Amino acid sequence: MEEQNAKVVVKDLYKIFGPNPERAYELIEQGKTKDEVLEETGLTIGVQKASFDVYEGEIFVVMGLSGSGKSTLVRMLNRLIEPTSGNVYLEGKDIAKMSKEELIDIRRKKMSMVFQSFALMPHMSVLENAGFGLEVAGISGQEKQKRAMSALEQVGLKAYAHSYPQELSGGMQQRVGLARGLAVDPTILLMDEAFSALDPLIRTEMQDELIKLQQESQRTVVFISHDLDEAMRIGDRIAIMEGGRIVQVGTPEGILKNPADEYVRAFFRGVDPTSVLKAGDVVRDNQVTIIRHRGGGPRAALERLMDQDRDFGYVLDADRKFLGVVSVESLRTAIEEAGNDQDQTLQKAFLENVQSVTTDTPMQDILPFITEWDCPVPVVDEKGVYQGAVSKNRFLKTLKREG
Amino acid sequence: MSFTIPLGQWVESFVNFLMDNFTWLFDFISLVVGWLATSLESLLMGLPAWIMIAVIVLLSFWRLGWRYALVFLGTLLLLVGMEMWDATMSTLALVLASTVASLVVAIPMGIWMAKSDTVEGIVRPILDFMQTMPPFVYLIPAAMFFGLGKVPGAVATITFCAPPAVRLTNLGIRQVPKELREAGMAFGCTGMQLLRKVEIPIAMPSIMAGINQNIMMALSMVVIASMIGAGGLGNVVLSGIQRMDIGLGFEGGLGVVILAIILDRLTQSFGQGQGPSLMTRLKNLFGSS
Repeated sequence: MEEQNAKVVVKDLYKIFGPNPERAYELIEQGKTKDEVLEETGLTIGVQKASFDVYEGEIFVVMGLSGSGKSTLVRMLNRLIEPTSGNVYLEGKDIAKMSKEELIDIRRKKMSMVFQSFALMPHMSVLENAGFGLEVAGISGQEKQKRAMSALEQVGLKAYAHSYPQELSGGMQQRVGLARGLAVDPTILLMDEAFSALDPLIRTEMQDELIKLQQESQRTVVFISHDLDEAMRIGDRIAIMEGGRIVQVGTPEGILKNPADEYVRAFFRGVDPTSVLKAGDVVRDNQVTIIRHRGGGPRAALERLMDQDRDFGYVLDADRKFLGVVSVESLRTAIEEAGNDQDQTLQKAFLENVQSVTTDTPMQDILPFITEWDCPVPVVDEKGVYQGAVSKNRFLKTLKREG
Repeated sequence: MSFTIPLGQWVESFVNFLMDNFTWLFDFISLVVGWLATSLESLLMGLPAWIMIAVIVLLSFWRLGWRYALVFLGTLLLLVGMEMWDATMSTLALVLASTVASLVVAIPMGIWMAKSDTVEGIVRPILDFMQTMPPFVYLIPAAMFFGLGKVPGAVATITFCAPPAVRLTNLGIRQVPKELREAGMAFGCTGMQLLRKVEIPIAMPSIMAGINQNIMMALSMVVIASMIGAGGLGNVVLSGIQRMDIGLGFEGGLGVVILAIILDRLTQSFGQGQGPSLMTRLKNLFGSS
């Protein structure tokens, strides 16, 4: 990660349910599991020793199966659940140690939350719901109306402002929930399984919506999810939780490439790797490259391909910038047609349609090219410099290894 | 084996102790309740019957539709025709005054119960006890502390009709979904804001059901309280019994039934959310005819 501004710093956060929670610490130190601690002391560990940073402007996904403590963790960030011990620093201030008044102030101005079950007020219209946070904070009248309306506009529900939540579909209700969260213009947006109750199609749509909103204004989002695909899709970084512990924190690719332990690996087994891996992750520089220079023409290129026993050649300029792909066949036709004008014909031999993709193209998006073109897909970096190619074989092999 | 427990004597001396030392309290209650009951009564009885009838018919037209409005119009005219109007208004006034006074205590009590398991643990058996006691029993302490008349009638009614409102308020607030409460908290509600903006509005149907129960029980008690001089329709029934006057007793009883039906329907309709507005209903009525 480049140098980033940590918005939220969570340090050694614990939540232990039950009387006299101190009893659990020693057992946790001994490395006992959640179940063992429960058996010995009757205490339930919600979250143990959670430490992580959330950077400004990122979507930080906390992922885990149900019972892993992720919902408890997010509720400790705004203290809907009181931490047993540890610190939650928001912009340097420790939320865990705040007075009630300070906490209410933080909740009103800096943090808002989107809930799995939407949690919209049934007795309020969509507009009133969107303006709920503002009303609670004592902002009323024109300004409340204006800000609630603009939040609804952001999620595309302006037309429904005067409907009631129960008249809307699930997806629309959650848009209202999102608008309610956005209307107070929070520094941190907490989203607790926000899209889990929606059907898959709407869920994807909402994920896209969130990413779109995120492009318009960079908010810091802590997103709780049990859905790995969702985490991969929207997460800039992911924290994986198991049994109250944070097992691993990292970028989706980082975690996928180097799972910290068996649990994480097992978790990822179900993932479609093409949605995570990018062209740059699988590219191999083992194709024949032909540097275009004054002396070299199609005949020389053909000679080189024949010599290496390859069907395709990747034509680069002197700076190794990618120019095009030639094949034995295309070179032969070009030579026949061109006669003596050598320099022009190498260009003419370029296979039509074949273009380069950049290293950060997801493998999913390469798939059509892999199937459509005969040649491996050329990959370049953001400056256009040739990095290698992804062959059919390589693509399939990646699927097999990760799947 | 024979033994006696002089419980009756103990209670009597306890009551005497209360009467000697807490006269100020009973005077105060007497003042407030008396004022509420008499001023409501003089208001309702002071208004010409046709205004009251118009108000009730219009209200039922708005909340319940034209069929109810028509039936209620007929029954109210019947009350006037039976010369029961004044007695009905007197009973209505006492019912409303008692209901208002008991709700002032019952709803906050219900909220407190919902917020604290300890309070619920203490109050619930008391409510159980109160609800198993026969209504007549309420008349005794009321008459002892407040003598005869409207005030003891109202006091007995207030005590008797409070439990359902307490229970249903408690229930309604406890049934507010956890997520909604969490949502309120997450957006920075104070305890009071949470109550006002989230819990009470969501518990409203349940609270309204409690108010409905409260009114119905108040009506039944007010009729019984005629025995300690609360007056109204109960008094008519009582005279009917005492004089073996079947006709009079029937008329009084019918008056109670009519009042009960009107109060029940109207208060229930307020618990069931928003119907079409009065103007819409009027437009529909006159637009279609």
